Amino acid sequence: MNWESLIPLILFIIIIFCVGIWSGGYLKKSTSFAQDYFLGGRSLGGFVLAMTMTATYGSASSFIGGPGTAYNQGLGWVLLAMSQVATGYFVLMILGKKFAVVTRRYNALTMVDFLKQRYQSKWVVILSAVSIIIFLFSAMAAQWIGGARLIESLIGIEYTTALFIFAVSVLIYVTVGGFRAVALTDAIQGSVMFVGTLILLIAVIIAGGGIPNIIADLTAENPNLITPFGADGSLTPTYVSSFWILVGVGVVALPQIAIRAMSYKSSQSMHRAIIIGTIVVGVIMLNMHLIGVFARPILPGIEVGDRVMPLIALEVMPNWLAGIVLAAPMAAIMSTVDSLLLLVSSTIVKDVYLNYVKPTASDQRVKRLSITITAILGVIVFIMALNPPDLIIWLNLFAFGGLEAAFIWPIVLGLYWSKGNKYGALGSMVAGVGLYILSDSFFPQPFGLHSVVMPIVVSFFVYIAASLATQKKTV
Amino acid sequence: MKKEHVKIANREALIGVGLVIFNFVWWFAFAYGLGSKDPQEYTYVFGLPAWFFYSCVVGFIIMAVLVTIVVKKFFVAIPFDEEVEE
Repeated sequence: MNWESLIPLILFIIIIFCVGIWSGGYLKKSTSFAQDYFLGGRSLGGFVLAMTMTATYGSASSFIGGPGTAYNQGLGWVLLAMSQVATGYFVLMILGKKFAVVTRRYNALTMVDFLKQRYQSKWVVILSAVSIIIFLFSAMAAQWIGGARLIESLIGIEYTTALFIFAVSVLIYVTVGGFRAVALTDAIQGSVMFVGTLILLIAVIIAGGGIPNIIADLTAENPNLITPFGADGSLTPTYVSSFWILVGVGVVALPQIAIRAMSYKSSQSMHRAIIIGTIVVGVIMLNMHLIGVFARPILPGIEVGDRVMPLIALEVMPNWLAGIVLAAPMAAIMSTVDSLLLLVSSTIVKDVYLNYVKPTASDQRVKRLSITITAILGVIVFIMALNPPDLIIWLNLFAFGGLEAAFIWPIVLGLYWSKGNKYGALGSMVAGVGLYILSDSFFPQPFGLHSVVMPIVVSFFVYIAASLATQKKTV
Repeated sequence: MKKEHVKIANREALIGVGLVIFNFVWWFAFAYGLGSKDPQEYTYVFGLPAWFFYSCVVGFIIMAVLVTIVVKKFFVAIPFDEEVEE
């Protein structure tokens, strides 16, 4: 065990704890528990909003492999990752003020609430709730496994023990503190990611003998590493560009991101968040992936991509500093897991229970139920992560693309096109998810594009066509 | 939502679309415009291949500056809580 780098990590977890519990104190005085627990009372300021978006999103991107893939592919993968800069401004500008006003008018606390009020259809609600629960639950389990693996490789304890530490720390602050705790801890985690990747990048550049030296080493190994086309030339411009849909503009439709776009206090906080968010996302993405590429000449031959970050940090920095910096990837995973956990729990309590099981439940009852469901979910995920079923792994592959294909048009057109109706929404959700799973399983990369692109295009036309065809019915 | 507020919201969404298109074109043009040559012929800026420097580093800085200017100059603050009208 490596105590010198372990102590900063433990300190980091303790700080996160305290913040979580401190925000729990605020909940005790709450007059509207559901709104405060699931949405932080719509009171986020600019900085916290920017950070919580970045941090939640920051490891949504780890499903495309992050620094580990950059290590194997070279600068082409950094180029691909930079498509994510767009999320920094795009999400908040598109959902923007309209979403903020409309969700307040509807008194919506979740994305499904918004869809329910907008389309007035039981089926839209059920279908959305089911897809959120299934896809995000799997995504969460996968992140959970990643978090435990990271702790395992860092401090050399067993996978199960690592998983336990990880699960308990996340569970406590989410259960006690709700959305506000998640947002505040995200702000800390986002800052750690920002500073941590910056320090590490500088240390890596120094260890590699300067950028020109590192680039020369890479060219000597394989000139393709410094081209935009990837180590074996397989990253075509079409394929890389289609990531602008998957990890760039499509992110608008991820429920864990959209919910944040209804949680802020005022226009001013939104404006600040757009500026801060763009800068922070860009810096983190650029640094994190460049670290991956630059690590290659310094530490050749790392086989498991996920280990690139921990290994390079321990290599180029003193242990205690590595411990601080390594809190960064851990922060990224924790901040994704916590928001997913809360989102799945809100879908169950708010969208299913309060809509269909017992709409008249008292505030006290909602409170107990929310906390219990959050805790139970956490425990189930923990058990699943101990011995992950294949179904979970399989579903996780579709999680982000599937949610984007399902929700992008019902949300965006629902906001900006008054003729859109429930038939359009239902049609586009079914077409989007169905086609995405089919396409990914049977003809991946149609026309050289990522398999999420076609379903998004098709579901757009389905939404428009179905809405127009049924105009008379809904009048 | 008041009419002028709807207008503001719609305009800002369109600005978002415009920015993302500009961002994409800049990113694509420099990456593949300068990067499609043989690596032997690459030029370098601060040690990084020129395509990467202009596309990813300069591109990002330009977007950060552009977003800041656009938000400060063109975005209008509106209240989110509507007065209930009968």
